[in-house]
Amino acid sequence: MKLLTKALAATALAAVLSTTAQAKTLVYCSEGSPEGFTPALYTSGTTFDASSHTIFNKLVEFERGSTNVVPGLAESWDVSEDGLEYTFHLRKGVKFHTTKDFTPSRDFNADDVIFSFMRQKDPNHPFNKVSGGTYEYFGGMSMDSLIKDIVKVDDYTVKFVLSQVEAPFIANMAMDFASIASAEYAAQVEKTGNLDMFDQNPVGTGPFQLVAYQKDAVIRFKAFADYWGGKAAIDDLIFAITPDASVRYQKLKAGECDVMPYPNPADIESMKADPNINMMEQAGLNVGYLAYNNENDKFKDVRVRKALNMAINKNAILDAVFQGAGQVAKNPIPPTMWSYNDKVVDDAYDPEAAKKLLAEAGVTDMKTNIWAMPVQRPYNPNARRMAEMIQADWKAVGVDAEIVSYEWGEYLKRSGTGEHETLLMGWTGDNGDPDNFLYVLLGCDAVKSGSNRARWCNKEFDDLLVKAKQTTDVAERTKLYEEAQVVFKREAPWATIAHSVVFMPISSKVQNYKIDPFGGHIFYGVDIDK
Amino acid sequence: MLIPTFIGVTLVAFFFIRLLPGDPILLLAGERGISAERYAELQHSFGFDKPVIIQYLNYLMGLFHGEFGMSMVTRRPVWDEFFSLFPATLELSFVAIIIAVLVGIPAGVIAAVKRGSFFDHSVMTGALIGYSMPIFWWALLAIIVFSGWLQWTPVSGRISVMYFFEPVTGFMLIDSLLSDQSGAFGSTISHLILPSIVLATIPMAVIARQTRSAMLEVLGEDYVRTAQAKGLSKLRIVGMHALRNALIPVVTTIGLQVGVLMAGAILTETIFSWPGIGKWMVDSISRRDYQVVQGGLLMIAMLVMVVNLVVDLLYGLINPRIRHR
Repeated sequence: MKLLTKALAATALAAVLSTTAQAKTLVYCSEGSPEGFTPALYTSGTTFDASSHTIFNKLVEFERGSTNVVPGLAESWDVSEDGLEYTFHLRKGVKFHTTKDFTPSRDFNADDVIFSFMRQKDPNHPFNKVSGGTYEYFGGMSMDSLIKDIVKVDDYTVKFVLSQVEAPFIANMAMDFASIASAEYAAQVEKTGNLDMFDQNPVGTGPFQLVAYQKDAVIRFKAFADYWGGKAAIDDLIFAITPDASVRYQKLKAGECDVMPYPNPADIESMKADPNINMMEQAGLNVGYLAYNNENDKFKDVRVRKALNMAINKNAILDAVFQGAGQVAKNPIPPTMWSYNDKVVDDAYDPEAAKKLLAEAGVTDMKTNIWAMPVQRPYNPNARRMAEMIQADWKAVGVDAEIVSYEWGEYLKRSGTGEHETLLMGWTGDNGDPDNFLYVLLGCDAVKSGSNRARWCNKEFDDLLVKAKQTTDVAERTKLYEEAQVVFKREAPWATIAHSVVFMPISSKVQNYKIDPFGGHIFYGVDIDK
Repeated sequence: MLIPTFIGVTLVAFFFIRLLPGDPILLLAGERGISAERYAELQHSFGFDKPVIIQYLNYLMGLFHGEFGMSMVTRRPVWDEFFSLFPATLELSFVAIIIAVLVGIPAGVIAAVKRGSFFDHSVMTGALIGYSMPIFWWALLAIIVFSGWLQWTPVSGRISVMYFFEPVTGFMLIDSLLSDQSGAFGSTISHLILPSIVLATIPMAVIARQTRSAMLEVLGEDYVRTAQAKGLSKLRIVGMHALRNALIPVVTTIGLQVGVLMAGAILTETIFSWPGIGKWMVDSISRRDYQVVQGGLLMIAMLVMVVNLVVDLLYGLINPRIRHR
């Protein structure tokens, strides 16, 4: 009997497959397995591609291909005079996915919003501890202390009450952790007692719904026909998990996939030459830098920091380390970000002037170290090589530096407490707000928390940042951040090295693909010729 | 012997991964960092705030209740993850060892019989190259030549993504037949060819060399000369008398190759996007996902123990004198 059912099911499936033979399928050769399907629980881009960018929506979203915040599940929002209350007016008629475990009986409403945030905020929420219950981004963006209360005004109006004025709040609400799940599904799962199922078989409102997932092999999605923004142009979206970059390239060439992320820098030239591959590129929302430990006596004199900056040949680093896939950084924020101050003049590469400045500062026979990260990041594809080049550049001006490296966890821990003298590090933006670079990496508070690895606390700079946090007027904030960048350059707590350029090789059959500045891979709005 | 070995493996698995520098919680947090309170909270939730020896005893207690723990990264039971991935590794290793035996033993036998011939030299050179070739390089080369230029085989994966059916046994060769979808089985075979040949390369080389030297030794024995004197056919002497005795060290070698296969599977699986336990283990080590590394190592060790047991039993089958009384 069981065999018969199986045979019938298989025949039915074959029939479905043959009728949908004309369906448009896009295969994306993803780089790894997602950690799970609930974005709030995880922090990796691989997970977000398979969850928040496909299955879920947020109240507000980033416009595809940009860092602008646009309406999502909220059609509009108002901010109170004092900047402490954000009222979201929710979209009506938004449907949740129907899956084999769940058939929604109602549309999306305020209960879903409150459920999704209270799960992360309230330690006594029935779902707070489910699936490990760690909400790194929610905590990391200080949302737990920032959100004082969430009030349901009516079914389609939700009010967030904040504990302090925080201008980047609205950008935070477009981040992956703010994805909205179904409260009705949660209630149903709660009755069964198997709460983990809620995160394994996700139900969202997004443009694609999960069909099947086999770890390290494949994730299948199908377009959600009732999507509030209109059905996606492609019918089936398949993530073929392919960890090796050379193999991804071979698959793209063989037509086994249509889009691949993270090409090997060495393959980029031949990809550009291939007529079947459309090579897209865009500046990444990141910065790679060398931080001086400003608490160390050697670097207390700004002339020393300036001189060392002038001794570094950044163009040579771009050629050797980034193999062209980068651009020289002069500010701590990337040029695609609003408030980027293009008027700032970089410390020009000039070893002679550097020597003079060092002599002026009374520095002779300086010895120091350069910490090199043991991992690859888009903002620094080869930290060891970069450290060697800086070491040689500094040697030329009479500074001896030793290269130090630790295992990654150890590196983060030790550099967080300031054991280094200078170190290589970097950052990729979370929410497109300058505050997310400047305050997180260079604010005085961040010296204590450890993420300010320059351990640089400058009152003038910090006051500008705090002021910018407390106004929601973007023009006003822009001015403050531009000013802050001038102070930054004058004081030189870092040597800003590079912003990476993101390359996306896609099949020439794929249309309307846009590179996501946050590093995600988004397929709603993408079409393919078959 | 099994129980002390088992305890030994748990000890090694548990303490070695903890000897590696790197705090799993800091690795989870990454560049973003983590507050001291949150850190303490997570330490507590993973049980890392207890003394290591207590952690170990808790782990051991869990094992006796069949609890292998939860992955710190995916929050799924280690046992579930292992069994969803293990069939893929087993299938690949099984096909690879079959290829290695079917090619390695005949090649070794012929090389021994025709000692000093061109064939012998070719086999031995081939075996040396196969044995010393880095697997990841060989795998990429095979993909570029056979999938890229010649387009004989697909690049990677277990089956074309266009086929979709729920796994029944986890073995794609069986599931694709059960699925009733035309072409699915063929697609599975074509995906299996390259990775299994790549994975078979080292064991094949070792088996060929081992068979050759064992055969050479046996062929010089008195009873072979006696058989020749009796006028037995060459095929009968080599196939029945010599090979059977030469097989003992070869079977031992094959048994030992299971460990090699597991090590090779790590690279082969990563390159060919093969969803098995090799890649799973490597990812877990780099993330310091203690529970997965412990559980995975333990299960692999048990597997090797079982294979050794089977090898011991096989000795008796091949040579009745070794049978235990």
